[in-house]
Amino acid sequence: MASLGKTDSASDSALGYSTLESGVGNVILTSADALLGWSRGQSLWAFPMGTACCAMELIAASFSKFDFDRLGVFPRQGPRHTDVMIVAGTITEKMKPVVIRLYEQMAEPKWVIAMGNCAISGGIFYYDTYSVVRGVDQFLPVDVYIAGCPPRPESLQDGIVQLRNLVRAESVSPGVRYRRRTEIPLRTAPAPTTPAPAEPASAAPASAPSKDPA
Amino acid sequence: MPDQEFNQELVVNVGPQHPSTHGVGRILLNLDGDIVRKAELIIGHLHRGIEKMAENRTYLQVVPLTDRLDYVGSMYANWAYCRAVEKAAAIDVPERAEYLRVIVCEMQRIASHMMSVGSSGADSGAFTVFVYAFDLRERIVELFEQLCGARLTYSYVRPGGVAFDAPDGWADAVLAEMRKLPTGLEELDKLLFGNVIARGRLKGVGIMSTEQAIAWGATGPVARGSGVALDIRRQDAYSVYPRIGFDVVVGDNGDAYDRARCRLLECFESVRIIEQAITQMPEGPILTDGIPRLIAPPKGDAYARIESARGTLGVYTVSDGGAKPYRVHFRSPAFCNVSLISRLAPSHVLSDLGVILGSLDPVFGEVDR
Amino acid sequence: MTTTFAATMASIAEKFKSAVLADSDGVADACIRVEREELLGLATELAAKGFDQLEMVTAVDYRDRIGLIYRLVSATLSASLVVRCDLPAEQPRVVSLAGIWPAADSQEREVLDLFGVAFDGHPCPKRIFLPDDFCGHPLRKDFESPTLIRRPDLI
Repeated sequence: MASLGKTDSASDSALGYSTLESGVGNVILTSADALLGWSRGQSLWAFPMGTACCAMELIAASFSKFDFDRLGVFPRQGPRHTDVMIVAGTITEKMKPVVIRLYEQMAEPKWVIAMGNCAISGGIFYYDTYSVVRGVDQFLPVDVYIAGCPPRPESLQDGIVQLRNLVRAESVSPGVRYRRRTEIPLRTAPAPTTPAPAEPASAAPASAPSKDPA
Repeated sequence: MPDQEFNQELVVNVGPQHPSTHGVGRILLNLDGDIVRKAELIIGHLHRGIEKMAENRTYLQVVPLTDRLDYVGSMYANWAYCRAVEKAAAIDVPERAEYLRVIVCEMQRIASHMMSVGSSGADSGAFTVFVYAFDLRERIVELFEQLCGARLTYSYVRPGGVAFDAPDGWADAVLAEMRKLPTGLEELDKLLFGNVIARGRLKGVGIMSTEQAIAWGATGPVARGSGVALDIRRQDAYSVYPRIGFDVVVGDNGDAYDRARCRLLECFESVRIIEQAITQMPEGPILTDGIPRLIAPPKGDAYARIESARGTLGVYTVSDGGAKPYRVHFRSPAFCNVSLISRLAPSHVLSDLGVILGSLDPVFGEVDR
Repeated sequence: MTTTFAATMASIAEKFKSAVLADSDGVADACIRVEREELLGLATELAAKGFDQLEMVTAVDYRDRIGLIYRLVSATLSASLVVRCDLPAEQPRVVSLAGIWPAADSQEREVLDLFGVAFDGHPCPKRIFLPDDFCGHPLRKDFESPTLIRRPDLI
C-alpha cells in the first residue's frame, strides 16, 4: 500500500495512472482515504464477464474449495451491483459492444481485471483469426492483468489482492496517489471490418425497443 | 387504451451475458404474457475461428486449440482430433495409451456431467446442488492435475498415444476416488432429483419425442433422454470399449428431468468403466515410437467420432499431403443440441427457458468454435 | 458393408444418372458423388431408405470448387454414408436439405456463413456466427481481412 503510494511519477500517466505532483498529504483526507480504501478493498463485488474457458476457473474460484467470499469477493450477475469486472475469456468483435455496454452500466468507482491470455492479448487466438479482439485493454481500462491459459483460481485470488492494494492507494484528496484511467482508451487495433451490431444486448432480460427481432 | 395493445407480442432479449444462458448465447423471445411464442437463438459471440487457425498450424500444434473448444471437457476434443489424425496418417496407438485415454475421458465425463447436473440444479432454484456437484468435479480435476499438470486445458491426448504416463500411485488414487464417488453421486441424486421443487421444475419441461430427437440431430444425453439408444461407444466400439462392460442409460419421457438424470446415471457407468479399465490396463509404452514432429498424412480425408459428454463429437480432416491440415472441421454436438432451443422453447413459460437451455448442456466454446 | 446396404446403394446409383458410387473414403462406409441438380432427389430417396440421421454438413474449399459433404447415418442399416456434391467456386448455390433432415438447418447456416454457399429454400438463410455485416467468408482459402494477422512460419 505504501509502496504503491510512492510510485507517483509523471511517467505513470503513460500507463494510464494519471497523477498529480502537488497537494499530497491532507491530514483529514488521508484518514478518510484509509477508511474508504479499506472498506472498498474489503468488499470488491465482482461482475463475472465470463465468456470462455477462464469462466470455469472463475466459477471454481468462487466455489467451496477456493472460496472467493473470504476475500470479500462476491460474484453478482448484475453490473449495477458490482465494483470490479472480471473479463474471463476470449472477447470477439461480436461480443465487444456487449462488454462495453455492461462496463458502462457499472456504477463508479469500478475496476477491470483481465483474466487469462485471451483477455490480455488474444493469447493463443492472436494469429490467424478474424474475429477475436486482441486484448480487452483495447477498449476497456484494465487495472490488473492475470496471465495464464487459464490462470489457476489462486492466481485470480492473487489478482484480487493486487487490485485491493491499488484500491487502497486511491485517494479522494486533490493529490491523487493512484487514480485509474476511466475513459475508454483509443482503439489501437486495425479498424475492424465489422462495425458493431446496431443493437447490442443488455445484461438482464429487458424488453427490447424494437418489435422486429430480425 | 385499445385492446390490441394488450395482444401484442413482446420481444424480450436474453443474453449474451446472462446467468441462465450458460455462456454467451443470446436468445430473442417473442412473448405472449409470459408464454414463449418464438425463440430465436443468436450465437457466435465466442466464434474464434479455430477451424481457420488449424489450417495454418501443424497437426501437432492443433492439439492445444482443441482444448479450447469444449472447455468443460477438453479431453474429448483432444481424443477425437487425434483419432482423426491417426486414421489419416495410419498411426498405431499402444494399448496402454488406449486404456489411459478411456480412463481420462470417462473421468472427464463425470467432471463435465457434474457441471451440467449442477447447473440444472441452479436453473431450477437449487443452487446448493451446484456447489455439491462442483465439489465432485474439483476432485476429478485434481487427479487430472496430478496426471498432466493442467486443471482445464490438458493437451493430454496426442497423435499416437498420450503425453505422459500415469505417475506412481496415480492409478490407485483414481481407484480410491472412484470408490468414494458413488456415495457423493447418490447424495446428489437425492438432493436434486429427490427434491419435490426440482422435480416440479424439471419434469414435463422441454419434451422431445424419440423421432424428433433423431430428425433434429440430437446426440448424447439429449438424445438418450428421449429414449434413443445412441452411444458411439457402443455403436462404433472404438478403442478398448468392447472389452469393458457398461450400460447405455436411456430415459423415457424426453424432458429436462430425463436428460439431467441420464447424465447423473451415466456417471455411475463411468465409474464402472474406469474401475475395469484400471484393472485391465497393461504395462508398456504410452506413445508410438517414430512419430515425426511434422506429421504429414497422405492426401485424403479422414473422419473420426467419439462419444463426448455432450454427444457425437466428430472430427473431419482433409490432408493435401503437407504438414498442415488443408481443412479441419469439428462436428460439434453442443452446436447441434443447442440449436434445438428454438424448437423446444415455444409454448413454455419464460422461467422454463433456462431449464430447457440448461438441459441441452451447451458449452459455447464448442458451439461457436 | 452389409449386403442390404450394398443393394440399397446399388439401386440408388442406378436410379440417379449423375450419382457415382465409391467405396469408403475414410469418412464413411460408402460415398456417393452427385451433381447438385439431383441432390434433392437423392436426399429424398436416401431418407426414405432409412438414412434418418444427418450427422454432419460441411464444406471444403478446393480453390477451383467448393465440395459439400453430408454425412448420413442409418440405425436400421447400421451403416454410414457420405454424400459429396461439388459446387462452382463462384456464386455457389445449392438446394437446402433442411426440409428432409431438420438437423441440416443450423449446419447449413454455418456453411453459408463460413463458405458463402447459398441454400435455396432454407428456412432462415442468415449468417450464424459472424455479424450480418461481416465482409467475406472466412473459411474460403482466398479470404483476406485486416483483422486477420498471419502467423509467421516458424517450422
